[in-house]
Parts: sequence; C-alpha cells; structure tokens
Amino acid sequence: MNSIIKRNQREKRFKFYGILAVATAILLLVILLFKIFSTGISAFNQTYIGVKIQIQVNSDISNLDPRRELRRNIRTMFPDVKTRSEKKNLYSLFSNGAYYEFEEMLDNYNGEKIDGYYYFLASDDLDMYFKGTVKRKGNSAGRIQPSQMKYIDMFENMNLIELKYNKYLLGSSDSREPELAGILGAIYGSFYAILIAFITSFPLGILTAIYLEKLASKNRFSDIIETNINNLAAVPSIVFGLLGLAIFLNFFDLPRSASLVGGLTLGLMTLPTIVIASRSAIKSVPPSIEEASIGLGSSKIQTIFNFSLPLAMPGILTGTIIGMARAIGETAPLLMIGMVAFIVDIPSGPMDAATALPVQIYLWQDSPERAFVERTSAAIMVLLLFLFLLNITAVYLRKKLEKKW
Amino acid sequence: MTKELKISAKNLNVFYGKKQALFDINLNIYANEVTSLIGPSGCGKSTLIKCFNRMNDLVDICKYSGQIMIDGQDINHSSTDPVSLRTRIGMVFQKPNPFPKSLYDNIAYGPRLHGMFNTKEDLDEIVISSLKKAGLFNEVKDRLFESGTGLSGGQQQRLCIARALAVNPEIILMDEPCSALDPIATAKIEELIEELKEKYTIVIVTHSMQQAARVSNRTAYMHMGELIETGLTKNIFSNPKHAKTQDYITGRIG
Repeated sequence: MNSIIKRNQREKRFKFYGILAVATAILLLVILLFKIFSTGISAFNQTYIGVKIQIQVNSDISNLDPRRELRRNIRTMFPDVKTRSEKKNLYSLFSNGAYYEFEEMLDNYNGEKIDGYYYFLASDDLDMYFKGTVKRKGNSAGRIQPSQMKYIDMFENMNLIELKYNKYLLGSSDSREPELAGILGAIYGSFYAILIAFITSFPLGILTAIYLEKLASKNRFSDIIETNINNLAAVPSIVFGLLGLAIFLNFFDLPRSASLVGGLTLGLMTLPTIVIASRSAIKSVPPSIEEASIGLGSSKIQTIFNFSLPLAMPGILTGTIIGMARAIGETAPLLMIGMVAFIVDIPSGPMDAATALPVQIYLWQDSPERAFVERTSAAIMVLLLFLFLLNITAVYLRKKLEKKW
Repeated sequence: MTKELKISAKNLNVFYGKKQALFDINLNIYANEVTSLIGPSGCGKSTLIKCFNRMNDLVDICKYSGQIMIDGQDINHSSTDPVSLRTRIGMVFQKPNPFPKSLYDNIAYGPRLHGMFNTKEDLDEIVISSLKKAGLFNEVKDRLFESGTGLSGGQQQRLCIARALAVNPEIILMDEPCSALDPIATAKIEELIEELKEKYTIVIVTHSMQQAARVSNRTAYMHMGELIETGLTKNIFSNPKHAKTQDYITGRIG
C-alpha cells in the first residue's frame, strides 16, 4: 500500500517538474519578446515637424534649390532667427531627409497654389527626445543643446511636432543617419540568399538522401559518408563561411558581398540538415507500399519517384524549411564572405553587393546613435516575423501533404 | 491427368549473409492449381515464395544457388529482367498495403505503368473487371475515387488482389493473405482463391492448416529451411509420409 502512495507521489512530483520546466521556458520567451517588442515598436513611427510652405499659383520652380527653399520657408516662421549659429541650430532639428521630401514635393508640383503646414522628417536627436527615449534635463536632452531646445519648445507650442508612420524603415536601405535607415535592402539580400540556398541545397539534398537510403549498397564507404554527413551538420557555421570564402570567392572568383555567394554558402551549410531530414523521411515510408509497387513490376527508380519520394515529401519539406529558417538567421558565414558591408542601394539581383537581415541587425547594434537601438529591435521583429511565417508554412505543408494509411 | 508444370525449383539454396535460409529445395508447382506452403514460423516459406518473383533481390545480403524455372525459363539467368518477370507474377502481401491513392488509381497503377491500354475507356474496363474478379466491385462501385485506405481490412486485401490482377499476371503469390483478417473476410478471400485458380496459378503461404486443406490442391510442408514433404493436399493431411509433417499437422510442433 505504502509503495503505491510513494509511486503516485513520485509521478506527481515528476509531472510538476515538467510543468515547471515548460513554465520557465515560456516565461523567458515572453520576457525576450516583450523586451524586443517594447523597444522596437517605436521605430515604426517617426517624428515629423510641420513647416508652413507657401508657393504661389503657377510659380516657376524649375530653378529652385529645394534645400534653400525649405530653409527659407522655415526661417519665415521664425523672423527672429538672424545669426549664422541660430540658423544652424534651427536647421539641425531637421533630417537631411527633409530636403529630399521637399524635393519630391516640388517634383509633384502641378501649378496649384500651396499654402499650409507640411510635415518633414526630424533629426534622430529630436526623434529620440520626442519619443521619450532620451529624457529632458533642464534645457537639454542628450545631444540636444539648450540653443536647439528653444526651437523645439516653439514647435511644440505650435503643435507642429508629430509622430507619423516611418516609411523609411521598411522602404529604404541602410544609411548613416538612423532616421533614414531601413531594412528593405537587407530583406532583398536575405531573400536572394535564401532563394539561392534553397535552389542549390534542396535538389542536392534530396538526391543525396535517395542515393544513400535507396540505391547505395551498404559498405564501409557508405558508412564513412554517412558519418561525415552527420558530423557536417554539427560544424560551426563560421567554418562554412571560410569554406565559401575559399571556394566561391578565391577559387571561382565570384563577386564579393554578393547574395549569390551568401546563398551558396548558406546552401552548403543547410545541405547536411536537408540530407539527414530527407533520409529519415524516406526511411519512414512503409516498406509495404514500396514492396507493393515493386511487386507490380515497377523498377526501383519508378518506385522511388511514384511512392517513396511523394510519401516522404512532408518530412523532407519540414526538414528543409527548418534548415532554411536556420540559414535565414545566420550571420557568421555571411561575415566571412563580405556581406557585412555598408550598402545604401537596394540590390537589384543576386550578383549585387548586399547585406542580409541578421547582418543588418549586427551592424546596427554596433552603431553609436541612440536611434539605432530601437531600429535594431525593429529589425529583429521583422526577422522573427519571417521565421514565424516559415514555420507556419512548414506546419501547413506537413498537414496538407500528409497522407494517412 | 497430367498437369502443366509452371514453376519448378531445383536444388535451390538461399543465404542471407552467412546464414542459410533455404536448403536444397526441389519443388514443382503446376498451372491452374493452388499450392500451399505450410510450416512453422521462420521455416523459409516466405523466403521461398519471394524467390519466385525475385523480391529477394531487394535484400542486399541475399544470395542464391540453384535454379528456378518458370515455363522452362531460368528466372535467375542474367537475360531475365526481374522487372518484367514481376509483371507476370502478381503478389499479395501479409498486411493489406493499398497505395494512399483512390481505389481507381490503386488498380490503374499497374496498367498505367506498363502502358496496357489505349483509351480511357480501356482503362476503366480494366479497373472494373479487376474489381469484379476480386469480388469487390459491388461493394465499392460508388466510391471508386475515394481513398483505398478507407476500406476495411478484408476489402483492402481484396483491393490488393484486384490490383495484382489488373496487370494480367499468370501466377499469383500470396504471402499469408488472411493473417490480418477476421474469419468472414478470410472466407471471402478463400472463395476468391477458389475462383481465381481457373485462370491463374496460385501459390499461397499460410499458417492455418485448415485454410491449406480448404483451398489448395497441393501442399508443401517446410521445416527449418528444408522442404520435408510435398504432395496432393488430401494425401498430406490424411496420410503424411514424414513424421515431422505428422507432428505439425496434428499440432505437436509449430
């Protein structure tokens, strides 16, 4: 009797430990996500300053310098600003992007009269202050001097400082100025790299798995290959970076920093994962189905392509997507092949120099400007979103392709 | 009345690696008869039946010596293609193994593979007649395009028989076809075997002596990889010549 009670207690205790472990894991995950989201969410909005713009009907704007014209409009709002240093302080509240925005506005001028307040991008210092990331101490806040704060207060009193959707974050490429920096270039770079990694490693991985599992005779040689593939899956990713550097850059002389090279390197890195997943998926196809096919007079290859492969496909795809998810978040091999550069242009193809999303995160977290902190977190949010989507796809494909028997 | 010889094994030895599975088997199987192989587990019945359509080729470590002749042709000769050999020999397995496809596609698989039809109508005809031969058509005619895995065990096994019949084989090998089925489903399969022997040569491995007695014309008793005794079923069961056969059919071993 006593032993039964003890056994039940033991089982309850063990169950409790299990719940505790799961709860700890969930708690840590929630803390991580909360930290990233609470820091990153503000990067999706950006501070803008309203400026009164006046352009008469049918003005000739072809000779206007947007920079001078915007500054003239700003100065009109503050007639007291006279000296050079006062002007400099006033203008410094605006980002360089404000002049591009104004230029765009002038490009779209259709001859109608313009008279009203239009919003232009503020500098990252003002942005940090306005979002409350940098706290005000007396008349200064972080890098904002009292001489600048004077104008900020004036704009605030006129209700001309506003948060608007940050179109630069998801719409542009990297920049030295945080308020203009975006991850679109990195998203393109990641996309090309993953596409190339998939195109190279998926067929190679499946063919390797089929050969090893179904066609190769079991001998010493196939044992050695098997052991090596299993070991390759555990090789640190930076070593694959070195391999990519040696093969694709030094030997084949492919362009440095190109997502083509990044993709090939990531493909090499993912290959063992795909081979292992595909082999176990092919192995788990019921032999009775394959026997039935052989018994009806199918050749070995016909059996593989009619039954083994389609029935193993859910498992193969799941393994592939997990491998791809690992590759999309990988930084180290990309550092080795030079995808760690500061690139302002959005790559137009896999041969162009590019960075990838995790490398962009790595670069931004290293930048001194405060405004890059929230951008780093925002980029992590986007990366997590991609990983989440990939995993959803894996689950969906598995459910859809899985057949019961 | 002399029967036409269909399969004959001469001095057949089979090895799995170093282990010998069959010892010097000499067996004749006649056309349009049911021959059953009986014997205790592990005696080599399934190994023998798999030699007839060279399924053992799939096992790397399996080696043969001796001869198997089908219609006077050595099937292990290098000029014999195992794939075309298997189209002449249908096989039904122990566990029903329909493909995870529709009933129609299950049966159409073989004919499609070997290009045995010209028009869609021909294929429909093959599918329907195979189902009719397997006695399954009336039960499934309304759901030909549903999955074959949704049928009951007995129906699945008859589907597998229909699938084997669709490629128009001469010989049907059955490896314990009823071992996973209930008595009613078993009775249906046995009836079916009775009908099929008019047109096909049937070799059946079975664990049930009653089944061997009911369905087969000839019986071969195997023990530890050796063929102990073979003869007409009625003689084997009523008057076994060998003591081991006697022991087995009276239930003392096995």
